[in-house]
Amino acid sequence: MNALLTIENLGIAFGGLKALEGINLNVARGDIFAIIGPNGAGKTTLFNLVSGLYPPKSGRITLDGEDVTGLPPHQLARRGLSRTFQNLQIFFRMSVVENVMVGRHLHENRNVFAHLFGLPSVGRQNRTTHESALELLSIVGLADAAERPAGALSYGALKRLEVARALATEPKILLLDEPAAGCNPVETEEIDAVIKKIAARGVTVVLVEHDMRLVMKISNRIHVLDQGRTLAEGNADAVRSNPAVVAAYLGVKGKTELGLAVR
Amino acid sequence: MTVHRFTSKPYMVVIALATLVLLLPLVLPSAFYLRIAALVFINALAVIGLNLLMGFAGQVSLGHAGFFGIGAYAVTLGPAYLGLPVWASLIGGAVFSALLAFIVGQPILKLRGYYLAVATLGLGLLISMVFTNEADITGGPNGMEVPRLVVFGWRAYGSQTWYWISGVSLVIGAWIAVNLITSPTGRAFRAIHDSETAARVLGIDVPRYKLLVFVMSAVYAAIAGSYFSLFDGFVTPDTTGFIRSIEFVVMAVLGGLGSILGSITGAAILVILPQVLTVFHEYEHIMLGLIMIVFMIFLPGGIVPSLAQRFRRRTA
Ligand SMILES: Nc1ncnc2c1ncn2[C@@H]1O[C@H](COP(=O)(O)OP(=O)(O)OP(=O)(O)O)[C@@H](O)[C@H]1O
Ligand SMILES: [Mg+2]
Repeated sequence: MNALLTIENLGIAFGGLKALEGINLNVARGDIFAIIGPNGAGKTTLFNLVSGLYPPKSGRITLDGEDVTGLPPHQLARRGLSRTFQNLQIFFRMSVVENVMVGRHLHENRNVFAHLFGLPSVGRQNRTTHESALELLSIVGLADAAERPAGALSYGALKRLEVARALATEPKILLLDEPAAGCNPVETEEIDAVIKKIAARGVTVVLVEHDMRLVMKISNRIHVLDQGRTLAEGNADAVRSNPAVVAAYLGVKGKTELGLAVR
Repeated sequence: MTVHRFTSKPYMVVIALATLVLLLPLVLPSAFYLRIAALVFINALAVIGLNLLMGFAGQVSLGHAGFFGIGAYAVTLGPAYLGLPVWASLIGGAVFSALLAFIVGQPILKLRGYYLAVATLGLGLLISMVFTNEADITGGPNGMEVPRLVVFGWRAYGSQTWYWISGVSLVIGAWIAVNLITSPTGRAFRAIHDSETAARVLGIDVPRYKLLVFVMSAVYAAIAGSYFSLFDGFVTPDTTGFIRSIEFVVMAVLGGLGSILGSITGAAILVILPQVLTVFHEYEHIMLGLIMIVFMIFLPGGIVPSLAQRFRRRTA
């Protein structure tokens, strides 16, 4: 078994609320692995645990064979894990390209003394970082907006900016939290294409998404959460025909969401 | 065009500042004005450091006069009690400030917003209290005489000398600040300001960078403090007090957080305005307060950033 990310018996509670309990999952290298579930199921919380923002109450997280449970986010970034946010976390005082440049941090020369005295190496470093940031922006279709203030972008574009910024860290595994939320159909198509491009670069993708059509189309494995627990896991067909999954979705959103997926 | 962003534009401020420092003595009519200019430069040096912390990294400090005070007292205590030359005491003060910031910064920089404000306020009060209460060593509220700075047998005194020392130091301080903010370290500071969460996830060791900028700003303040007391020839606990901490913050905010030119402008206004307002006699403070309110209402982003934005809009 060639699992890149392994989660065993993971759990966390907020006050009395068990937001996640007894979660087990394996993400294989090269997967596009989707996590779905109704609102409040615990999908974002799972990302917050895996990316080190919250310490888990119980369980173990293994990344590329190493136990990384409880490591802070910047240590996880060093080990090749990056993510985007459902509620955008944009650097709004920066330009679009600068946002992505921050993502190059780990690959930059971080010698503070060189920075203080403005050695020529810093200028070279800035130019290299700028170039790779522009490249990443063109992958997500934002190259033309590079010099604009981040705040001038539309919601859908900011979502893609976060993807480019996360890619800048050169992750082995990328967690995308609802990249298509708030996007119009055209933008959703673009996200679809971007995710495929990312996967083609050899990055393993874990995707939280409500757009079932997108999920069913691009992911090769789907994990369904409901109220903090695992409901089902399998490929698109298995999940679609699982009565528990259908019931959970019927209970919350009616047929429409899953109906879309069946088509 | 985009490449130039990393090289020319921010450095224009440094070049403009250097030119100003060079040319100003030609138009200033007397030593009195040189003295005011030197005071502006010294304050601006401290404010640039504070601006790195507040304007770029987004971490507030209401206690920076504490570090300023450590610098101010170092140049009198060092020679008096340790037999050190003044210049070595100046460096010692900066190193001591850096160490203190490094030690105290670790616990308090975990705090945010108002809580960090109160903690730094406490730190400033504590330092000021030490200088006031250790009267046997510091002369207490009566203060102490400060020896002259002597470099290679040359004694630095007088308005003109201090104009040049503080002016050149300010240019160097601004240059270092610009270097820093245009570097990967500066991007890390600015990232922390906008979203700590995103910064962490992108691999930035947030506590480390917060500590770094806190230590740097403490060094700026300490050096400015040493200059201040060497220039004045006398130091009292007022130098390190709460009011001065607030003044630094006001200078940084009024001039414009996140703008090096803003820090210098803020310092200039807050040093020069009270001199001008003395014509209003007892209404001096009321006038000063009113002017500050009016500035903040009409230039809410601080003087330099707000004006720059208006200018861009007009030309665009
Ligand atoms: N920091 C927190 N403090 C308290 N409760 C939290 C916290 N984070 C999440 N929760 C709660 O945990 C549950 C799961 O939330 P989570 O955001 O993970 O859901 P989700 O599956 O991402 O939902 P959505 O589809 O709406 O994004 C919710 O009931 C939420 O209110
Ligand atoms: Mg969510």
